[in-house]
Amino acid sequence: MSAELVAQITVLVLAAFVGFEVISKVPTMLHTPLMSATNAIHGVVLVGALLVLAHDPTDTYVRIVGFVAVVFGTMNVVGGFVVTDRMLEMFKPRPLEINTGGLGEDADSDVGDTDGGAA
Amino acid sequence: MNLHDPQLIDMLYLLAAALFIIGLRRLGSPRTARSGNTVAGVGMAIGLGATLLIDGFRFDGVGFVLIVVGVLIGTVAGVVSARSVKMTAMPQMVAFFNGLGGGCVALISMAEYQTFLDGHGDPSTTTLVGIAVGSLIGAISFTGSVIAFAKLQELLSGRPITWPLQRTGNAILLAISAGLGAWIVAGAERGEVMLVLVLVAAVLGVCVVLPIGGADMPVIISLLNSLTGLAACAAGFALGNTLLIVAGIIVGASGFLLTKMMGEAMNRTIASVLFGAFGGGGGQAGGALTQGTVRAAGAEDVAIMLAYSRRVVIVPGYGLAVAQAQHTVRELSDLLESKGVHVTYGIHPVAGRMPGHMNVLLAEANVPYEQLKEMDEVNPEFKQTDVVLVIGANDVVNPSAKTEPGSPLFGMPVLNVEEAKAVVVMKRGMSTGFAGVDNPLFVAPNTQMLFGDAKASLSELVTAVGAV
Repeated sequence: MSAELVAQITVLVLAAFVGFEVISKVPTMLHTPLMSATNAIHGVVLVGALLVLAHDPTDTYVRIVGFVAVVFGTMNVVGGFVVTDRMLEMFKPRPLEINTGGLGEDADSDVGDTDGGAA
Repeated sequence: MNLHDPQLIDMLYLLAAALFIIGLRRLGSPRTARSGNTVAGVGMAIGLGATLLIDGFRFDGVGFVLIVVGVLIGTVAGVVSARSVKMTAMPQMVAFFNGLGGGCVALISMAEYQTFLDGHGDPSTTTLVGIAVGSLIGAISFTGSVIAFAKLQELLSGRPITWPLQRTGNAILLAISAGLGAWIVAGAERGEVMLVLVLVAAVLGVCVVLPIGGADMPVIISLLNSLTGLAACAAGFALGNTLLIVAGIIVGASGFLLTKMMGEAMNRTIASVLFGAFGGGGGQAGGALTQGTVRAAGAEDVAIMLAYSRRVVIVPGYGLAVAQAQHTVRELSDLLESKGVHVTYGIHPVAGRMPGHMNVLLAEANVPYEQLKEMDEVNPEFKQTDVVLVIGANDVVNPSAKTEPGSPLFGMPVLNVEEAKAVVVMKRGMSTGFAGVDNPLFVAPNTQMLFGDAKASLSELVTAVGAV
């Protein structure tokens, strides 16, 4: 067993504990956004798709498969984060207290969504 | 300092992983949640940027053109679909993006394996294990998520689809794909083996999710999300990439815990979700039909009750989401508040289609989250409540979960709405919920039914309360 593999397994086990700990005390109302955020984070596989094409493969099969992997990975990352942000931009304090904080974040809320909110 | 220094890249990967963890931590509280998502997004940008620094990354060939075009297409498609999706369709959107991630890992494994077959380098056993596991789990996650998406989008029936020898068939498919994976690790050196492996795993993904009913979909999406994390982790071993290993296992572990928490909220174990074919009335006999008379009420009667109450709790369910009635319900609660009625929302952990789904829908309608109370918080308050308004919810307010050991719901924590002075159930008809179980609440002496589409009924209530 190589030293590199041992190091990788060490990281793997420790990170698994972090994964368990980091969400152990989350209120139910945030479960869906949290699932969506972890969904965006595993979009990090895009890194793997970039690596497949990094050395400019000449095999057409590898090129096609790598290309589709890049599209899938990018959609996972970008779509994942955008969808999570849309869910979370709705968690606001009472409208009356809107001036007390988080104004910068409220200011950039999407115009397309506010029409529904105003109803 | 050399920009292509592997140590620099690993430090950037460490930074990215740390930002993922900080982001997830911040996602644990409503006030910091949105910034947590942004922090994780910054981590992602750093991780992807660092990858471009890797020594020997070619920016002058077809490969890089494919990357640029692929990222452009993916970004546009991702932003457009994420921006245009309706809030009620959020669960299937998450399932869809999750499937793409799984598919991405399967494709990476296929491409990586082919690269070795073309004679570029000599893969270690670790690499081959990563490739085999990544393609197996990735393909299951891809097709499984697509089926989950189709079921929630109602392209496929939400009912469990079953066939004979299902479990045996799945076990055989799993054994075949695992055997093919082992062959790859042992040195098959044939592209066909990989193709068949991916194909069999893809069929397995379809076969595992098809028999699962609508009620269990959130649990299965969360499980598939966790699986994609593990697939990403396997890809990390295949490519010798630390960031993929760390981020993948964090998602795998947290996703598994999340799946367990969701299961507990619905009184379902992961095993019973996978093998139970429960939900949507699949073979679950209703048992003894609930005895009693249903009392139907008119909107005016209910409006008067509400307007002269001191405390009202609104219990929204999936029926509210389907009817897109979240804005109308907020109108009603604002109107009642203006008349001095204390209004709160009692949110069951699995109200809607996913834990937290109902919170998102109500937040979309600008209901302040201080008004949203979770089950444990609201349950002691029902005794002091004048009227509970149950809108399109059924199983989560079914008292038989507490009283009838024979009920499929028995043991599931429910909202004790029957303890309130009066209960108004707004429902389209007398049909059963996802679980296909009778609800004795509907015939309880303090219950009145207001039949009709949730949105239409709520509009009537708004008008009627305004006229009181």
